[in-house]
Amino acid sequence: MGIQTEEMMLNMGPQHPSTHGVIRFVVKSDGEVMTEAVPDVGYLHRSIEKIGEICEYNGFMPYTDRADYLSAMNANQGYAMVVEKLLGLEIPERAEYLRVIAAELNRIISHILSLGAVAMDIGAATPFVLALKEREKVNDLMEALCGQRLTYSYVRIGGVSYDMPPGFIERSLKFLADFEPFMDEFENLVPENKIFIERTAGVGVITREDAIAYNLVGPNLRASGVDWDLRRDMTYSVYPKLQFEVPVGVGSQGVVGDSFDRFIVRIKEIKQSISLLKQCFAQIPEGDFLGEIPRVMKPAVGECYVRTESSRGDMGYYLISDGSKNAFRVRIRTGSFTSMSIIEKISRGMMLADLVTFIASLDVVAPEIDR
Amino acid sequence: MEGLQHYTPLLMIFGLGIVFAGLFLLLAYAFGPKNPTASKLDVYECGVPSMGSARERFSVKFFLVAMLFLLFDVEVVFLFPWAVLLKTFKEAGMGAAVFWPMFVFLAMLGLGLLYEWRRGGLDWD
Amino acid sequence: MENFAIHIHESYLYGLPLSVVNLIVMFGAAFVVLLGFVAPFAGLLSFIERRIAARIQCRIGPNRVGPQGLLQFLADGVKSLFKEDLIPKVADKPLFIIAPYLVFLGMFTSFVVLPFSSQWIVADLNVGILYLFATAAITVVGLVMAGWGSGSKWSMLGGMRSAAQIISYEIPTGLAALTAILLAGSLSLQEIIAAQGPHPWQWYFFDNPFTFIAFFILFVALVAEGNRAPFDLPEAETELVSGYNTEYSGMRFLFFFFAEWAHLYVLGAILTTLFLGGWQVPESLLASVGAESIAARILELVFFQLKIYVLVFLVVQLRWTVPRVRMDQMMDMCWKYLVPIGFFCVAGVAIWMMLFPDGVSFVKYLLIAFSSAMVLYYFYKVYRNFKDSRAELELNPFV
Repeated sequence: MGIQTEEMMLNMGPQHPSTHGVIRFVVKSDGEVMTEAVPDVGYLHRSIEKIGEICEYNGFMPYTDRADYLSAMNANQGYAMVVEKLLGLEIPERAEYLRVIAAELNRIISHILSLGAVAMDIGAATPFVLALKEREKVNDLMEALCGQRLTYSYVRIGGVSYDMPPGFIERSLKFLADFEPFMDEFENLVPENKIFIERTAGVGVITREDAIAYNLVGPNLRASGVDWDLRRDMTYSVYPKLQFEVPVGVGSQGVVGDSFDRFIVRIKEIKQSISLLKQCFAQIPEGDFLGEIPRVMKPAVGECYVRTESSRGDMGYYLISDGSKNAFRVRIRTGSFTSMSIIEKISRGMMLADLVTFIASLDVVAPEIDR
Repeated sequence: MEGLQHYTPLLMIFGLGIVFAGLFLLLAYAFGPKNPTASKLDVYECGVPSMGSARERFSVKFFLVAMLFLLFDVEVVFLFPWAVLLKTFKEAGMGAAVFWPMFVFLAMLGLGLLYEWRRGGLDWD
Repeated sequence: MENFAIHIHESYLYGLPLSVVNLIVMFGAAFVVLLGFVAPFAGLLSFIERRIAARIQCRIGPNRVGPQGLLQFLADGVKSLFKEDLIPKVADKPLFIIAPYLVFLGMFTSFVVLPFSSQWIVADLNVGILYLFATAAITVVGLVMAGWGSGSKWSMLGGMRSAAQIISYEIPTGLAALTAILLAGSLSLQEIIAAQGPHPWQWYFFDNPFTFIAFFILFVALVAEGNRAPFDLPEAETELVSGYNTEYSGMRFLFFFFAEWAHLYVLGAILTTLFLGGWQVPESLLASVGAESIAARILELVFFQLKIYVLVFLVVQLRWTVPRVRMDQMMDMCWKYLVPIGFFCVAGVAIWMMLFPDGVSFVKYLLIAFSSAMVLYYFYKVYRNFKDSRAELELNPFV
């Protein structure tokens, strides 16, 4: 209709229930339909990369937890790998397995929270609580493994900080046996709901071309139909010894790359993580959990870049060494930051409620954006 | 005036409701702390200083909904007396005389809704 | 009301003139409604809702204040007394102050016409059902005032949304109510109940297929009018922060919630009155306690409450199991589904009345069988889900 109305400028965030941390969106809307949503990042900037230049190599490890606190193990692993590559360290196989176990447990923690948050942002409070209930159990396992529940700092350069406690494998397998039916139940409960489908299918569609052009990574990329997983395609650690599938978005309810696909891909990834964990527990060899490491780490002058598949996708560490005890430059490349860039393009003409769905389905984590 | 006496308790309830609510607000006023600061008295704008007024011209769609409501609600109101009396007339043997005119009215209402629908007046986007 | 006053006058206060007794009874009734029903109902419903929600979400819920946490609502009320009452600087002060009053009054006054038993009703208005819709409209005015008066953008959006939502859903509400009015030939709630009977086959719910559909239209429309999930868009927390009540604090904030829970009760009462036979108790049961005794009235009250609480439970369960719909979906639902179907039902009931003035028992029994099957299927599904999830089935709600 040709009647002109003034656009209302809304500040969504930094303190808003659905921005998942402190992110701000400057939204121009006429009440319900938005014409524009511009992300404004930087509210959670803690200079982690700069801190990396004044810490010793080992001392920076706890800070990587804070770079992505929902997926701290994956962040640990990437940093340890880049320093090891620079130092030329070989690490014991048991340690590699322990790292993968920790990383996959963490992937479950991160994804299940994301699933709950999507449901929560759409207005269903119950799946969130159910998801958190299961997440607590994984957190208990993590606590048994390394004594922490959120920021683990479990991985060390050259290995991991502790071996598995006695009975950990049995405990984990028992949990997984309970967790698998829960995931089936969750899959029946949430994505089969008619309103849920109506709210997510066809909402926030990211095409294959857009996903590649905007450098999306991880589950968001795979939901758009791109079959790309670093664990398989640029493999590292013990992943070549493990069997797993890479779930890809198929557009089962709407279009490929919509919010529903991103939700389903995360559910399927959790199931793959369960299978990975079982294989790890079956294969894990005896041996040291921490290799021989130099007392003072002084890598040769050089630079190195390592990519790992974190919960939010490709997480890269770029390290320049000038031969001293401290790194000359640490750079962390994260998935949430690139996800933010596409929001402005996709959200044009969306409804306000859909923006919330879209952001939640991208699983952006504020500390990972700003670092 | 015969039926009006039914409304006296209603007025009283209205009065009581206001007194009741006022009493609670008064109690809250008496017990509650009163130390307002500038930021407390600011409106919520997600943590950044508020910019612009909230009372701008609003999306016309909401007003279209209001107009639609006005149209149809008035029409539904016309149905009420008919609904009340249809049974009486039916029992008096004059059912058809009341039934058919209203049926024409209902059909017209339906046509109106269909027209509105086809013109896109019911679509939000 | 008059009968009750005359009864009191004759039995207890025969010394006083009738008009004074009338006044006393009215005040007494008003007071009873005020303190005896409205406040505890809203409070109790909040308790029930929180406990059910907790059950659904594998939590315990409030269980500290009073027995089983029953008095939690009082504690919450007292707490909000001690909260600072803030009025934003940019707020339109008169509107901001009046808004919670209107919302509160809209809910509060709707209790006046609710028929708690065959005699316990404050005012049996001859336009009872219209009066109920009118009080709901007062609430809309309050919500829009709150949205506009706050001067916050989120409040404004919430207020606008709630206005659009409530007024839209008033049309299907009216249409669905018309079906019962057609059958009863009256707008008075007591007469509508009296026209039905205590047994399911005498209820309007099962009278014919059109009233059967109309019941569900009314159910959905009333849930939407009460801003309850899945239609809680005006206060959608993840979208609009808190919608129209974003800027409210303390007691004023509580009034909005009070109104929401009171509406939950009124919702059950309207549906029960129009379609489920209200307070009707089977004759034999009534005779066993004496048809004119207080016990009979209490029995009627209990029947009325039971039906309401079943509906309330459904609404609460709905809230904690489904996500929220979007604005355009909500409007589509109203204008493209409920309104046309509502018109269809009104026409259908009128035709049915012309064709079968005495009803068709075969259809009634068919509908009852169908709904019984639905209820049984519901319980079967719940049972199966419990079994699949390997959760321990504990029927005692106080565990």
